[in-house]
Amino acid sequence: MGGDLLTVEALAAGYGPVPVLHDVDLRVPTGTIAAVIGANGAGKTTLLRTLSGMLRPTAGRILLDGRDLRGTPVEQLVRRGMAHVPEGRGVIGELTVEENLRLGALWRRDRTAAGHALDEVYQLFEPLARRRRHLGHQLSGGERQMLALGRALVGRPRLLLLDEPSLGLAPRVVAQTMALLRRLRDDTGLTVLLVEQNVRSALAVADQGIVMSLGRVALAAPAARLRDDADLRHAYLGF
Amino acid sequence: MDRFLFLTLDGLSRGAVYAAFALALVLIWRAGRIVNFAQGAMAVAAAYVAYSVTAATGSYWLGFGAALLAGLLLGAVVDIAVMRLVDHRSPLNPVIVALGLVLLIQAVLGMVYGNEYLPAQTPFSRTALTVGGTAVLSPYDLFVFATVGVVGAALVWVFTRTAIGLRMRAAAFAPEVSRLLGVNVGGMLTLGWALASGVGALAAMLVIPTELGLHPHAMDLVFVSAFTAAVLGGLDSPPGAVVGGLGVGLLLSYVSGYAGGDLIPLAVLALLLTVLLLRPGGLFAPVTARRV
Amino acid sequence: MSATRAAAPQARHAAADSARPGRSLPTVVRHLAVAAGVALLVLLVSYQLDSFRNFQLATVAAYLCATAGLTVLTGLCGQLSLGHGALMATGAYTLALVQNAFAERGLTAGGWLIVSLVVAVLATVVVGAVVGVAAARLRGPYLAGLTLAVAVVVPALTVTFDGVFNGEQGLAVPVAPAPAGLGSYFPHERWQLWVAAAATLSCLVLLANLVRSRYGRAFRAVRDDEVAARLAGIHVARTQVVAFVVSAASAGLGGALLAVLAQSVSPGAFGLTLSLFLLMAVVIGGLGRLAGAAWGAVLLVALPDLTHSLTNLFTLSPAAAQRLEGNLPLAIFGATLIVVMIAAPGGVQGLLSRLTRALRARWPVGRS
Repeated sequence: MGGDLLTVEALAAGYGPVPVLHDVDLRVPTGTIAAVIGANGAGKTTLLRTLSGMLRPTAGRILLDGRDLRGTPVEQLVRRGMAHVPEGRGVIGELTVEENLRLGALWRRDRTAAGHALDEVYQLFEPLARRRRHLGHQLSGGERQMLALGRALVGRPRLLLLDEPSLGLAPRVVAQTMALLRRLRDDTGLTVLLVEQNVRSALAVADQGIVMSLGRVALAAPAARLRDDADLRHAYLGF
Repeated sequence: MDRFLFLTLDGLSRGAVYAAFALALVLIWRAGRIVNFAQGAMAVAAAYVAYSVTAATGSYWLGFGAALLAGLLLGAVVDIAVMRLVDHRSPLNPVIVALGLVLLIQAVLGMVYGNEYLPAQTPFSRTALTVGGTAVLSPYDLFVFATVGVVGAALVWVFTRTAIGLRMRAAAFAPEVSRLLGVNVGGMLTLGWALASGVGALAAMLVIPTELGLHPHAMDLVFVSAFTAAVLGGLDSPPGAVVGGLGVGLLLSYVSGYAGGDLIPLAVLALLLTVLLLRPGGLFAPVTARRV
Repeated sequence: MSATRAAAPQARHAAADSARPGRSLPTVVRHLAVAAGVALLVLLVSYQLDSFRNFQLATVAAYLCATAGLTVLTGLCGQLSLGHGALMATGAYTLALVQNAFAERGLTAGGWLIVSLVVAVLATVVVGAVVGVAAARLRGPYLAGLTLAVAVVVPALTVTFDGVFNGEQGLAVPVAPAPAGLGSYFPHERWQLWVAAAATLSCLVLLANLVRSRYGRAFRAVRDDEVAARLAGIHVARTQVVAFVVSAASAGLGGALLAVLAQSVSPGAFGLTLSLFLLMAVVIGGLGRLAGAAWGAVLLVALPDLTHSLTNLFTLSPAAAQRLEGNLPLAIFGATLIVVMIAAPGGVQGLLSRLTRALRARWPVGRS
């Protein structure tokens, strides 16, 4: 291990003239899971969209493994090792499961390695293997979640950005997803930045909790502290 | 009966070209939600390139290849130099810009080649072969079927079996997600324009010799017919475009054979009006309430 | 919608105008006063200009009917029509047929022209209603495609039914000379300008009143948001049909006037190119502004004239000169259309209003 995979310094961004993020600083060490939590409209999704280049920052820097991402087009980020599973998960309904997965690895030059990655995802998500030829929009919510995660993983990312993975899913599926993230972190050294409304399950798996409020980072603390320190939790998270 | 058979085969040959042209329209519609009203003018421009190359080299086939190449290039240039710069928030804007292209391209062709009909040659005879005393198909008709068939099969192969085809479909369906997955969405759109324009050029090469000849406006009515075919099949559906193209070809062949060629424009307009009013989503779309 | 955005300030101005004290004259009276002023101006100008310029100005007036009608439809009601060239053809051919019928019966007095014009407008209203009813059910590319088909097919019908329309040759239009009361040396072109200007001004006054009326507000409401308009109790389809019919009537009048000016009609003059010209004129003039329609109409006449002078500067073979002259204006129109749509979707009039607003902002005192 060593150092921070993702460093964000004084980041500001917004939609047109409407600023959303102000002066955001955060660090995510390699091989850890960071959970970004906060109320609706705190700027969590905007943060992810800015990190993955969908939104241009108005100020500040984003460093991936020490390299500034400024000017890197969105479609290049996946080659730098960043994968973004967007809100609503972004499964392409008109394509089959297999095509969605292949799409995630298309940028990779090494076709054999990409093929292996595909097989691994099918092993990891048994139901997807059975529904290879089904179209994306025929899948259940849980299966879409698997497909979106699987599609990100076939690109062998170092940093995984996940937007609301628990949204609309049964608690059992949420627990499975969180367990999977923890396993991937432990086994492969994957670094995860997770945006979640579901604070409890996010903090259960995360190493670091980042509380956002009104477009700023209100608190960044070890997840264990946020979990256990009732006063802190009460002050920042309201429960 | 012989006449019916002849008109049917002739209509299918004509329809194959409409199908190709409609397919080109559908390609761009799916890729960028634009009906390329300039497609006819762009295809004519490619056909003029073929005319020049054939005139200079004496070879039909060099001209044919040059037309396809010119079509591909023109499509890419139109996307990069024009369509990309247009504000797509109003669906009116790309339509108006495409019409500007129609004016510009036709005017430039008129300046270079003049506004008279130029003769367009065919590589094979257009005299129908007779089977058992019945006139059926000409060698040229067979050439048309073969070419459209090969191009159609090639498109199917590219879109369903290749990585680039997967990228193009993904970029069309979900541009934002595709970018996150490393797909160069802008590049795929340009490629889509190039392919569509290439197919359009091919259709122009096939259809122009069967009509009055080469003229800046030679594809105007073909465009309207192909648009009708594309709407008939549902603008979103490539198989629909093929079926629609063949259907329009058959209808126009019967109209021209039984009622007179002069009525073709009116028949196209009547068909388009009927389809738009009764089944605006195309023959294969479920019947829905009117689009709001 | 950039067309929408471009036209929004206009609507705001309209609201401000009617709210402003000291401008309490009824709209109709104000429009009539403006029209009377313009008529007087045209009258004076027609004595200053030579015959050719008078004829050109008359042609501008004829085009202005069509561009103003298209502005109401596309700019105010948000419906695109590529078929207005065909509607002009309808007006022109109807006028030609009626004038010929009158001539056969010996009704050659100038006053019958008014009847012919009215019949031409009515015929176009019928065609416009048919297309308009279809158009009200269609959106975006479907509407554009249908009207494009109308633009391509209608001129071809003159060949299909050449017994009536005399094919590519077209028809001659017998028009009575200027009234004898004006003197025997009265130039015909000046008379043509008077006729065209009178018809166009009447048309514009009607359109301007319509735009400021309940219907005009309904047009804009439908353009901006159909669902909201429906919720506000506006019958969307009916409003769109009304807009199409009004617009068609104007185009029909424009076409009829062109026939009167040229004293002949032929399908070549009313092809797809004319429809695209009209669209270009309203886009370049500025969608949604009647003043923009005037800019567009002027351009339609002035640009070919300019390119004509331009090609005369170079020594070209007659064939090359003819090709260049016929096509250069088209090329310039096409290129302008593209550039305007990309760079200034508000058109010339939009640029002017932006400029005046900027000036007013700099010298606010001048406005009090």
